[in-house]
Amino acid sequence: MQNEQTIHRSPAGGNGQSAWSKIRKGWQLYLMLALPVLFIIVFSYIPMYGAQIAFKNYVVTKGIWGSEWVGLKHLDRFIHSYDFWRLLRNTLTISFYSLIAGFPFPIILALSLNYVRSVFFKKSVQMITYAPYFISVVVMVGIIFELLDPRKGMVNHVIQGLGFEPVQFMAKAEWFQSIYVWSGVWQMVGFSCIIYLAALAGIDPALHESAVIDGASKVRRMWHVDLPGILPIAIILLIINMGHMLDVGYEKILLMQNSLNMRTSEVIDTYVYKVALNSPGMNYSYSTLIGLFKSVINLSLLIAVNQIARKTRQTSLW
Amino acid sequence: MDNRAIRDSGGDRWFTVINYSILSLFLLSVLYPLLYIVSASFSSSEAIVSGRVWLWPVDFTLDGYKAVFHHKLIWSGFRNSLFYMAVGTAINVTMTVLAAYPLSRRDLYGRHYFMFLFVFTTMFSGGLIPFYILVKDLGMLDTVWAMLLPGALGVWNVVITRTYFQTSIPEEMLEAAQLDGCSDFTFVRKIVLPLSMPIIAVITLFYAVGHWNQYFSAFIFLKSQGLYPLQIVLREILIQNNINMNMLSAVVDVQSAAKREGLSNLLKYSLIVVATLPLMIIYPFVQKHFVKGVMIGSLKG
Repeated sequence: MQNEQTIHRSPAGGNGQSAWSKIRKGWQLYLMLALPVLFIIVFSYIPMYGAQIAFKNYVVTKGIWGSEWVGLKHLDRFIHSYDFWRLLRNTLTISFYSLIAGFPFPIILALSLNYVRSVFFKKSVQMITYAPYFISVVVMVGIIFELLDPRKGMVNHVIQGLGFEPVQFMAKAEWFQSIYVWSGVWQMVGFSCIIYLAALAGIDPALHESAVIDGASKVRRMWHVDLPGILPIAIILLIINMGHMLDVGYEKILLMQNSLNMRTSEVIDTYVYKVALNSPGMNYSYSTLIGLFKSVINLSLLIAVNQIARKTRQTSLW
Repeated sequence: MDNRAIRDSGGDRWFTVINYSILSLFLLSVLYPLLYIVSASFSSSEAIVSGRVWLWPVDFTLDGYKAVFHHKLIWSGFRNSLFYMAVGTAINVTMTVLAAYPLSRRDLYGRHYFMFLFVFTTMFSGGLIPFYILVKDLGMLDTVWAMLLPGALGVWNVVITRTYFQTSIPEEMLEAAQLDGCSDFTFVRKIVLPLSMPIIAVITLFYAVGHWNQYFSAFIFLKSQGLYPLQIVLREILIQNNINMNMLSAVVDVQSAAKREGLSNLLKYSLIVVATLPLMIIYPFVQKHFVKGVMIGSLKG
C-alpha cells in the first residue's frame, strides 16, 4: 500500500532523513509500541508519581494531589524509630547471606555439567535440578513446614534417630534466616545455573583445543579457560543483585513469619506491607516513605557498583 | 567439546570421578525431598508421623487425594487459577511481542529512549502502596482485572525477546519483505513469530508459571472467596492450617480427633503434589526451548 515509499527505505535507517520522516515511515512500529508503553506508564510510572505521598499526609478522601505536604516528617520518624536498625540489620543480613550462599553452587553445577559426556545424564541432572524452580512460594513454605515439623516432620525423625532432641525450627528466631536462605538455594540452583551454562557454551572451542595440545588437565582448563569465560556474566549478575540488596523475598518471609521468629524475620518489605495494609492505622504515607527509602538506596547501590565494575573490569550494565 | 581421540590422563580420570560425584550429590539433594513428598502423599498418616516413610510409600492409600478432591475450595481455586493463567498469559505474551519487536528494530527512531523507559522500571519503583492506591483508584480491587492487568508486562521478558529478535531474524529478510511491500504488522505475523517459537515458548512458560504461582496480588487485591486462585486456598490450608473438616466427612469419620488430624496432615502432602503437578507436566516439553531461549536471550542481553 505504500510501495514507492518502502523501496527507498533502508531498514538500517539513519541515512540523513529528518526525524519526522523517520517517525512517519515507522508509524506501524509506534502503533505496536503504543499499548505496552501505555501500560508501563500507567502501572509503573503513575505509582512513581504517587510515591510523593511519602512527603504528605495521605488522606483517602483528599487523594494523592489534595493531601497536605509534611516534608520529611515520615523520614524523621522512620530513622528514629525503634524498628529502623532491626529492619535494616535483618534485611542486609538475609540479603548478604543469600548472595554468598547462592553464588557458588550454580557455578559449580554449571562447570561440572559442562564436562559430562553422557547426554542422558546431563539432561537428567538439568531436568531434575530445574524442577524446584516451578514450586510456588506457598507450596515451598508448606513443604518447609511439613518437613521441619517438630513431631511429624522427616528432618526431626532423622534428628531423633541420631539420638538428639527434636528442634522447633519455626519457633526459633536463630533458625529463621538459615531456613529461608538454604531453601532458596535448593529451589534456585538449577535455574540459576542455566545462564552460566549459556556462557560456557559461548566459549571459543579453540581455547580448549589449544589448552589440550599444551597438555592442560581438565582442572587446569576449568580454572584457566572456563572460569574466565563466565566471569563477565557473574559480574553482571552481581551488579544486578546489588541493585536489589534491600529487596528480599517478602512473599516467602510473610508466609514463614510468626511471632516467635519476628526478631530475625522482619524486613523492610514485610514492614511496608504491615504498616499500611495489615494494621488498623492504614498508614499509607509512612509505609510509602519506607518503600521509597528502600528504592532510593537500591538504585544508588546499583549505580555505585556499576561504576566500580566499569572502572576495574570494563564490564558493566550500561 | 571433549576431544575423545586424546586419552584421559590419570589426573583427568580422577577429575571425572569427582565430577560425577559432585553432580550426583546435587541430583540427590534436589531429588530426595521431592521424592519423599510424593511418597508421603501416598502413605498412611500413621506411617508419616511415626517416621516409617523413607523412600517409597508405606501402607499405600489414596485418602489424601480423596480429601483433596472433596474439598470444594480447592476445586474453585484450581478453576480460577487456570483462568488467570490462560487469559493472563495470553495478554502478557501479546504485550511482550508488541513491545519487543519495535525495540529490536535498529531503524526505530528514539529506540534508546523507549528502552530506557522500560528498563528503568526494573531499577526503581514507586513501591507497594502507590501501586495499591492506583489499582484501587482504577476500580480494580476485588475484580479479575486486578489479577490480569497490573503485571501485564515483564520487562526482562521484553529484553530477552528483543535480543532474540535482533540475533535470529536476519536484516536481509526485512529488506526483502519490504521490497515486496510487506507491512510491519504482516512481517511480524508471517515471518517474525514463526521464526521465534523458542523464545515465545520460553516467555509463555515464564508468564504461565508466574500466574499459576502468584499469591500476593490475590492476597492484597481480592476479597471474595469466589475469585480466589489456588495459591490463596493453599495458603489457608498449608500455612494457616485452616481446613474445613465438613468437606472431608466423605473420606473419614470426622468425629475422631486423631483421624481428623492424621487426614489433614496427609491432605497437605497430597495438595502439594496436586498443586505443583500441572507445571511439572508442562515444563519438560518446553525445556529444550527453555535453555536455548535463555541462552540467546541472556548472552547479549
